[in-house]
Amino acid sequence: MGLRVLAAMSGGVDSAVAAARIAEAGHDVTGVHLALSANPQSHRTGARGCCTIEDSRDARRAADVIGIPFYIWDMAERFQRDVIEDFVAEYAAGRTPNPCLRCNEKIKFAAVLDRALALGFDAVATGHHARLVDGVLSRSVDPAKDQSYVLGVLTREQLSHAIFPLGDSTKAEVREEAARRGLTVADKPDSHDICFIADGDTRRFLADRLGSAEGPIVDETGAVVGSHQGAHGFTVGQRKGLRIDRPAPDGRPRYVLSIEPVSNTITVGPRAALEVTTITCGAPVWNGPRAHDDLTVQLRAHGEVYGCRFEELDGGLTVELDRPATGVAAGQAAVLYSGPTVIGSATIVSAA
Amino acid sequence: MLPEAIEAMTEQLARVGNPSSLHTAGRRMRRVVEEARETIADALGARPSEVVFTSGGTEADNLAIKGLYWARAPKRRILISSVEHHAGLDPAHWLAESQGARVELLEVDEHGRVHPETLRAAIARDPDDVALVSVMWANNEVGTVQPVHVLAAIARHHGIPFHTDAVQAIGQLPVSFTGSGADALTVTGHKVGGPMGVGALLLARGLTPVPVQHGGGQERDVRSGTLDAPAVAGLAAAVRVAVKEQEALNLRLSRLRDELITRVRDAVPDVVLNGDPRDRLPGNAHFSFPGCEGDALLMLLDAKGVECSTGSACSAGVAQPSHVLLAMGADAAAARGSLRFSLGHTSTREDVDRLIEVLPGAVERARRAGLS
Repeated sequence: MGLRVLAAMSGGVDSAVAAARIAEAGHDVTGVHLALSANPQSHRTGARGCCTIEDSRDARRAADVIGIPFYIWDMAERFQRDVIEDFVAEYAAGRTPNPCLRCNEKIKFAAVLDRALALGFDAVATGHHARLVDGVLSRSVDPAKDQSYVLGVLTREQLSHAIFPLGDSTKAEVREEAARRGLTVADKPDSHDICFIADGDTRRFLADRLGSAEGPIVDETGAVVGSHQGAHGFTVGQRKGLRIDRPAPDGRPRYVLSIEPVSNTITVGPRAALEVTTITCGAPVWNGPRAHDDLTVQLRAHGEVYGCRFEELDGGLTVELDRPATGVAAGQAAVLYSGPTVIGSATIVSAA
Repeated sequence: MLPEAIEAMTEQLARVGNPSSLHTAGRRMRRVVEEARETIADALGARPSEVVFTSGGTEADNLAIKGLYWARAPKRRILISSVEHHAGLDPAHWLAESQGARVELLEVDEHGRVHPETLRAAIARDPDDVALVSVMWANNEVGTVQPVHVLAAIARHHGIPFHTDAVQAIGQLPVSFTGSGADALTVTGHKVGGPMGVGALLLARGLTPVPVQHGGGQERDVRSGTLDAPAVAGLAAAVRVAVKEQEALNLRLSRLRDELITRVRDAVPDVVLNGDPRDRLPGNAHFSFPGCEGDALLMLLDAKGVECSTGSACSAGVAQPSHVLLAMGADAAAARGSLRFSLGHTSTREDVDRLIEVLPGAVERARRAGLS
C-alpha cells in the first residue's frame, strides 16, 4: 500500500518531475500549488518570481498530464507573516536572512505539512535537489543544483514526513525526463533570486518598507567616509553601491564589514578585514547522524564549503574554519556536513 | 449531453453549409437553424424572432447588459442583484469603470432573495435614469429562486427593460419568456444537457441592444457571426427534452434533495443550509460546515468519489469567499466553509448514500485541519 503524498507543485520542471516519479512509484499523490502572493501577477518575466497565475496553470497542466488531482492552497497570509515580514525584520535588525530557507522551515514543512497531516496525508514531496534516505539528508548528485543547504534547517520530525524524489538526478536528467514524460514545463527557466521581489531590486523593496534614514559610513578607525540612505540596504561583504567619495588610503576597494542598525552605521574596510575563521551560531538543529569525520560547513546558499571543527556550548555553537571565509553575514544559516551528509545547522550570530 | 442532443448535433456535423448562404447547402443549414429557433421558442414561451443565438450564457448576459445600457444612453443607472453570476456582475462593473454607468446592487435577504420592495425603492430614487434591471431567475450557488415575475412587472411599469439570467432555471423550473414579463432572458446549452459553447438571448421584439460584436448582421443585427448550426441543433434538442421532462425531474430531484438535506443535517448537526429553504432549485443543496474550509472538504470528498463544488474560483484558482454568501450576510469564515451539492438527471439515491457514508469523516478531518 502506497503512501498518501502531497506533492507541492510550483509550476516548474523539478516539482513536476518529482510528482510524476512518486505517482509512478505507486503512491497516492495529490498535487498542490501554493499560492504565496496575495496579488499574483498574470505572467512571469524571465526567471524571476513565482506564484504567478501562469505558474499555477503550469502546475495544473503538469498534474493533468501525470493524472493526479490538483488543488491550490492559499498560503499567502502565512507567507506574508513568516517569510516576507521576517525578511524585512531581519534586515532591519542588521542581519541577512535567507527567505527560501525560511519558507521551507515555516511554510512547506510546517504550515503545509501540518495541514497535510491533518487532512490524512503521510508526507509532503517537493522538487528540491537533495537526497533523503531513511530520514538522513544529504547533497544532491548535482553539485551545481544541490539544495540541501536550504533544507538543512528542517528538524528530524519535519524530515521524517518529507520526500525529495530528485536527489539522485542532475538537473539535465530532470529536464530530459520532463520532456520524455510530456511535461511541457521541461524548458521553463530555473527560478532564482527572491520570489516575492519580482523586479529583483531588493534594496528598493526594503526601502519601500523600512523607509530611508541617512546614516554614516565609517572606516575601521571610526572616521566617517561617506553616508547611506538606510543600513538595511547593505549586506556584510558587499562592495558595490557604497558610493564612497574618498578612496581608501591604500587605494583598494572597501567592503561592508558590519551593520549596526541602532546607530544606523555601516562600517567598511579592506577585504582582509572581512576574513573570519571563528563563527558563533545560535539555535542549532541536529537533524542528522552524530558524525565527526570529514566535517565541512556551508555559510550561504551556493556558497563555498569550508573544512571545520565545531564545539557546542550553552544552546549555541562555535565553528572553527580551517581557512578564512569572507562575507559571513549574521542571519544566514551555517549548515554542517559530514561528507555529503547534513548533520545539523545553526543561525550565524557573529564571526571573527 | 442528452442522447437527443448528441444525435441532433452529430447529424449536422457531417454536412456542409453556412446558414447565411443562399446556395442549396446554405438553405438546408438555414432550415436547421430556423427549426431550432422555433423549437426553443416553443419550449420557452417565446416567439421564434425573439431567439438570438450566442456562444453561451456569458455572451448572452454581456449582450443584454452592455447592449441595453448603450442602447438606453444617456441613462446611467444599472440596477442588478448583488448575487448575480460574474457573467452579469462583471459587465455591469466594467460599464461603471469605463463607460460612466452607475451600478446599484440590489440587496438580498438572508436567503439570497431580492424583495420587490427593494427594486421598487431603487427605481423610485430616479426612475428616468435607469437603463436596465437585471436579476437572475435562480441563483447558481445557493439555488434561491427570485420572484422574477413580480420584479419584471415593476420594471415594466416604469418602462425599464428587465433582463434575467435563467441559465440555472431551464429544465428545473417552469420558464416562460412571455409569461415572465422579462424583456431579455439568458439561456445556455450545457446546463440543460446540450453542447457547450452555445446559448441564446431571448430578446423581446422591438428591443435593440447595441451589438457587442459587429459584423455580418446575423441574428437581428445584434449578434453578428456565422452560426454554429450543429451546436444550435443540439441546443434546441436539449431544451426541448429538458422542458418536456422538467416537471417530472423537478419532482424527483426535489424529493432526493430534501432527503439529502435531512440526512446531511443528521450526520452533521451543526451544518447550516444556505439559500431559501422552500423556494429553491430542485437540484441544489448548499451548506456551510462550521470550522471547515470548503476546499479541504471538497478534496477529501473527491478522494472518496463524491464530487461537489465550493464557490467560484478566481483566476489564480485561489478560492475567494463567495460574493453570494457575503451578500446574504454570511461572514468570511462561513462563506469559505461552504459546499454545494448539485443533483441532476443522473443523480440517484445511491449517490446520497455514498455522500452520507463519507461526509462525517471528511468533516471531522477538515475541522482538524482548520481554517488556515
